[in-house]
Amino acid sequence: MPLPPSPPVNIENIESLGLTLGEFERIQDLLGRNPNWTELAIFSVMWSEHCSYKSSKILLKTLPTEGPRVVQGPGENAGVVDIGDGMVAVFKIESHNHPSFIEPFQGAATGVGGILRDIFTMGARPIALLNSLRFGDPDEPHTRYLLKGVVSGISSYGNCVGVPNVGGEINFDFCYDNNNLVNVFCLGVAQKDRIFLGKASGIGNSVLYVGSKTGRDGIKGASMASASFESSTEEMRPTVQVGDPFTEKLLIEACLEAMQHDWVVGIQDMGAAGLTSSSFEMADRSGTGIELDLSKVPMRETGMTPFEILLSESQERMLFVIENGREDEAKKIFDKWDLDAVVIGKVTDTGIMRMTMEGEEVVNLPIDTVVESAPQLVRPTKKPSYLDAVDNLNVKLIPELERGDGILKLLLKSVNIADKSWAYKQYDHMVGINTLVLPGSDAAVIRVKESQKALAISVDGNSRYCHLNPFRGAQIAVAECFRNIACSGGVPIGLTNCLNFGNPEKPEIMWQFEQAVAGIGNVCNYFNVPIVSGNVSLYNETKGKSIYPTPIVAAVGLLEDQTKHCTQWFKNPGDRIGLLGLTLEEIGGTEYLESYLDLCQGSVPALDIQYERKIQELCIDLIQEDIALSAHDCADGGLAVALAEACFTGPGESLGATINLYASIRNDALLFGESQSRIVISYSPDKKDIIEEKAKNAGLDFSDLGTVGGTDLTVNLNDKEFIKEKISTLEEVWREPLQRYGG
Amino acid sequence: MKCGIVVFPGSNCDRDSFHILKEILGLETEWIWHKENSLKKFDLVVLPGGFSYGDYLRPGAISKFSPIMKSIIKYAENGGKLLGICNGFQILVECGLLPGVLMRNISHAFICDTVPVRLENDQTPFTSSSSKGTVLKLPIAHADGRYFADEDTIKELNDNDQIVLRYCDSSGTVSDENNPNGSVTNIAGIVNKAKTVCGMMPHPERQADPLWPNIDGQVIFKSLIQST
Repeated sequence: MPLPPSPPVNIENIESLGLTLGEFERIQDLLGRNPNWTELAIFSVMWSEHCSYKSSKILLKTLPTEGPRVVQGPGENAGVVDIGDGMVAVFKIESHNHPSFIEPFQGAATGVGGILRDIFTMGARPIALLNSLRFGDPDEPHTRYLLKGVVSGISSYGNCVGVPNVGGEINFDFCYDNNNLVNVFCLGVAQKDRIFLGKASGIGNSVLYVGSKTGRDGIKGASMASASFESSTEEMRPTVQVGDPFTEKLLIEACLEAMQHDWVVGIQDMGAAGLTSSSFEMADRSGTGIELDLSKVPMRETGMTPFEILLSESQERMLFVIENGREDEAKKIFDKWDLDAVVIGKVTDTGIMRMTMEGEEVVNLPIDTVVESAPQLVRPTKKPSYLDAVDNLNVKLIPELERGDGILKLLLKSVNIADKSWAYKQYDHMVGINTLVLPGSDAAVIRVKESQKALAISVDGNSRYCHLNPFRGAQIAVAECFRNIACSGGVPIGLTNCLNFGNPEKPEIMWQFEQAVAGIGNVCNYFNVPIVSGNVSLYNETKGKSIYPTPIVAAVGLLEDQTKHCTQWFKNPGDRIGLLGLTLEEIGGTEYLESYLDLCQGSVPALDIQYERKIQELCIDLIQEDIALSAHDCADGGLAVALAEACFTGPGESLGATINLYASIRNDALLFGESQSRIVISYSPDKKDIIEEKAKNAGLDFSDLGTVGGTDLTVNLNDKEFIKEKISTLEEVWREPLQRYGG
Repeated sequence: MKCGIVVFPGSNCDRDSFHILKEILGLETEWIWHKENSLKKFDLVVLPGGFSYGDYLRPGAISKFSPIMKSIIKYAENGGKLLGICNGFQILVECGLLPGVLMRNISHAFICDTVPVRLENDQTPFTSSSSKGTVLKLPIAHADGRYFADEDTIKELNDNDQIVLRYCDSSGTVSDENNPNGSVTNIAGIVNKAKTVCGMMPHPERQADPLWPNIDGQVIFKSLIQST
């Protein structure tokens, strides 16, 4: 059957593919001829922002990516970090923002599917998922539709594949009204000597297509994710893929079984830009060529054109390169799992991607031209003018508080601080029996079954701080993420980031991006923590209105002894409560200002990274020495919220606390300010002296604040009662909001 | 004692049960692939949790046609001990080895939580190491765990002492408030008349590794060891 005629390559069609005229001329120059329609489509996805990182690449190169533990840095499907005993941690975070706004259930579900494939592609068994979600105003019905859709999409996919969703964060802000964010993280473990890469080496080796058949779903998904939303997103539904977690589960088991064998040369997931990006990138990494017969690709529908086959983003598909002559052995494994496995081509030494369909040559492109010659842009930057206005906060105009009870309750019921169990109880967070610390503490802790070790994982971001000061906001996101790991007893050993921003063609957005990247790099450099993988999501903008800059970071921490993990809640009546770190008089950018006075203004909290690192080291030491019985990061909502959470978030009976503070700073800053580098700990009364001594030796501040016990949270300030409320009341207030919005 | 764990396509708690039986309790344990046509001699066969066949159509509805199920049914009819956990329980009711059905949770949502369950019968090989009335804290993780059967069947289950676990509060009181999924009379687990086939929605294998402070799930496995 002859192929149907392709559309002509003209200006209108070039732009419909998302390419600029300048890019088209560059393609003509590089090829020395006009590309045909299918070839042009390949350029359009490979040179899209989503695949080529053209706006961000130059800045991302400034990030620290090396270190003694790094086995694989950025550029592969996921990053790999050595955890000792011949084992490695494999992890990455990725966005699925655009599809999840168009179709929340499938968008979020396929986001989980994609990140899982990035991990097991490397030869690692996925052992934990996290997610970081951002939504608009929760009082809007559409926001609740998106919230429910995204959470049930994540739940349905993760639960079915049997990888636990062990935590994450959900935040709400008006700036996400028309652009929600869905960032998903996956952690896997593998043997260090069994790591697989996306390579197509060995001339004559076979290219094997494995998994679901190719359909017409998700066509041009990568291009869709590289543009802003202009109007209704209804008509964009066909660009969102549909997930099948059952097939994914079979793929995980079949691929891990195949990867026990040395005839697997390389493997890559067919993710964004599907068969196109996987085949081109694999050949590019090995400096080889590939010949593919597209007629052999298993297809779900008849009459698919080369354009559709190459741009389809049908889910649950993998591309393998296997040694020539081992095809039958490979097929036997995939047959066992009832998966399609078809040889669709072979590796050549030409450096050329040659594709045929029905015997007709449809693509003949030099691989490095497509992969390496995407334009790298130095986009102009400009400090946004809004910053001068928001930086201006006259604290003197804000009266101090008479009492703190009311504000504490207001903060606990702020949907950003309130209980998130409505979401995580829909996620199977225990399957795999590795979850040592369940969702609801600062970081999740996952046992590494084949060893005595455990890994702590946390995902963090703070878009309000980043809006007010993208450099420091990003610094704080990383510092807080490491602090959460430290509070669980882990030492951070690697980071992955997902950078969610607006339209990079606007200099103000690029300035935010540049500042945030610098902030992340600054803290990682100081902590010697490499960034081993990541993802950039730009064009999170609708009708010209951009989201707040939202860099999300996820860190992996190592616990050499899996029994020495710590949680945030108080353990025993009679234990003492103390604060590591110092509270400064700063209220800018706080949840307190936002919830109480509806202000997103002021200087974000100061961060002294040297002090921060020492505080974290002390906290880890106190946990390892069995001195600290609980440790909780003081973050959103400040000291009062941290104390309340430590009272009622544990799995057993809630415990009260009586706190005596003596201070001369503003009372709102003391209780609700968000000074960095602070950790609330509890300990047996006889350990107070040793903590004091350790803090003093490290040049750190430590104050013994009060006692665990009773049924109230009582805070006395300079010998005067400032907060007194029943723990049960505080807990009730904190539990209600998300149940209501989600229910 | 020799244990076998059936692996269906989509089983995902198979490795967890294997870990507890083999690594924690030191029992001889083997995998049973769903495409096998015959069953070796086992003292216990476990149908593990997960989403066999993706829960497509209905949880357990397709798995009952797996080749191995013919042998499993014969094994059970001959008095072999068979434990179905979560999706395994769903398969057992689908293939008729246990009465009743497991419907969508009353909340319509998936629920993952650790909940108290009361041991209702200590005269079965699955529960004999504990005593009636004991409250165990066990994890649940399911979207379709709402046990339902008609009144006659429930009466029969009661009359024959076939109910082994009921959802309750931490002091052992059974009430609507402590019914996480809407199961009729808070039923969380049952046995067949011969007390040799047991299905339960809670996951005892998730609370049986001493790395966690709670090892209540060991009650089920220790009972099986004692009775073998």
